[in-house]
Amino acid sequence: MRSFTYARADSAADAVGRAGASGTAFVAGGTNLLDLMKADVARPGGLIDISRLPLDRIEETAGGGLRLGALARNADTAYDERVQTRYPMLSKAILAGASAQLRNMATNGGNLLQRTRCYYFYDTATPCNKREPGSGCGAIGGVNRIHAILGASDQCIAVHPSDLCVALAALDAVVQVRGPDGERSIPFAEFHRLPGDRPEIDTTLRPGDLVTSIDLPAKGFAEHSTYLKIRDRASYAFALVSVAAGLELDGGTVRDARLALGGVAHKPWRDPEAEAALIGKPAAPDSFRAAARVLLRDAKGHEHNSFKIELAERAIVRALSEAADRKGASHP
Amino acid sequence: MAPLKASPRPAVVPPPAPIPVTLTVNGVERTLHLAPWTTLLDALRLHLELTGTKKGCDHGQCGACTVLVDGRRINACLTLAAMQDGRKVTTIEGLTTGDSLHPLQDAFIEHDAFQCGYCTPGQICSAAGLIAEGKATTDDEIRELMSGNLCRCGAYPNIVAAIRQAMTIAGPKAEGAP
Ligand SMILES: Cc1cc2nc3c(=O)[nH]c(=O)nc-3n(C[C@H](O)[C@H](O)[C@H](O)COP(=O)(O)OP(=O)(O)OC[C@H]3O[C@@H](n4cnc5c(N)ncnc54)[C@H](O)[C@@H]3O)c2cc1C
Ligand code: SF4
Ligand code: FES
Ligand code: FES
Repeated sequence: MRSFTYARADSAADAVGRAGASGTAFVAGGTNLLDLMKADVARPGGLIDISRLPLDRIEETAGGGLRLGALARNADTAYDERVQTRYPMLSKAILAGASAQLRNMATNGGNLLQRTRCYYFYDTATPCNKREPGSGCGAIGGVNRIHAILGASDQCIAVHPSDLCVALAALDAVVQVRGPDGERSIPFAEFHRLPGDRPEIDTTLRPGDLVTSIDLPAKGFAEHSTYLKIRDRASYAFALVSVAAGLELDGGTVRDARLALGGVAHKPWRDPEAEAALIGKPAAPDSFRAAARVLLRDAKGHEHNSFKIELAERAIVRALSEAADRKGASHP
Repeated sequence: MAPLKASPRPAVVPPPAPIPVTLTVNGVERTLHLAPWTTLLDALRLHLELTGTKKGCDHGQCGACTVLVDGRRINACLTLAAMQDGRKVTTIEGLTTGDSLHPLQDAFIEHDAFQCGYCTPGQICSAAGLIAEGKATTDDEIRELMSGNLCRCGAYPNIVAAIRQAMTIAGPKAEGAP
């Protein structure tokens, strides 16, 4: 690691104030940032340790939902009884990610802001527009097995690696932020962005912004939901494709539906048209396949990842079928 | 040919002053003065000479560096020592009591749960964390919740058997365990 200074923030206001200095970064669990600093991809001159700020609670909201503190650990969030019973797909998504040790360290806020696992992004000897704007993209025309099939640009085809975020997208979570200009709320769909011609920017956060919590609305699709993660080995691997699915059923008919995909785009992928295609339809594989085809209508593969298109279709059908069949399980 | 112009020398930035970090390691309070970028793993191995905790990948991918902080298992390679200031750290060296081994250590020997032994301290600390968490009951759950600890020698079946045995003995909880 390069040299840097270290300071501990003693309040959220203090953290935001200190973040004003350029070249500083917040560190929470450290599991992504320190890794990137060791790889010389991230080079902050100063770390502001926010890990002890009192933003680690999980609390009820006035609207009947839950507020997940930005500094609550992923493990504590996944095993929280209220999360397990009211938002089983979220618990399942978290437990499908990383390892028990990492989930004990990783925070909810840090998980949102983790960076892509694109191999070229990590390898400073190769070009990468995300790491070094304008240098080119190693993955386009390179090895791109883990890369995007939706929403990519000719500058970057990276995917967002989080599992937690896929469930948060499906649940319509809201990110609460405190920045130099005060507090604001960002709907989850607007939190992460597509690469476009600025692939170096992952989110709509502004410099100095501190994520303070993530709010879940009351509706958790607890009766009929699941998180399905497809990967190269059974555990401790990032998703090739993942699906967060939630259904509200009226007899055998779909009354409401949520569908979000991970591993396919620069952000958790949701498509209102695909969800609309499910409403009023029988909760059966044919309707699920039709919705999957709507969602994947613009999917585009690269040399090594075209398999993801069919994989995603099958994963959607399987996840929706599982969600329709039974209550979302809270264990992976 | 134009003479080479000497590029301006980069200003020499003095390294940040070492920061005091106090850790209670295996029950003994230790104060160190460390460069900010010292990971907990390097503090243990290089500054406290507790080399039982291993460095495998240094990137959170293998689990060899697993230790318990306030009773919870974490990867010591992905946290700074300064971030753990004031906390209790238990390493493999701290699991024994006097001359008697921890039930997990006995079980690993009994089940031949290692070959080269490099992953073993991490496996055992991780298993101590797993038992304290109390989420695993079946072999499948042990496998899933131990997936953060790789074993290049492939001793997995024996590791699972050893953990299952220690779990049923309900060995003493790791220090500071919740
Ligand atoms: C081997 C390995 C396997 C993994 N597998 C998975 C997986 O399968 N699925 C998955 O989802 N994840 C996986 N992860 C990633 C892991 O979940 C993230 O590293 C973790 O969630 C990041 O959280 P953190 O608190 O450690 O963040 P840090 O590393 O501390 O921070 C990450 C970034 O977020 C910023 N930040 C942190 N908190 C805030 C805040 N409150 N406000 C504003 N900015 C903030 C930091 O400045 C930094 O830029 C894996 C990681 C490793 C090392
Ligand atoms: S896909 Fe994006 S992150 Fe990967 S090399 Fe290309 S620009 Fe970089
Ligand atoms: S050395 Fe820490 S996980 Fe490999
Ligand atoms: S015993 Fe050799 S790596 Fe596990």
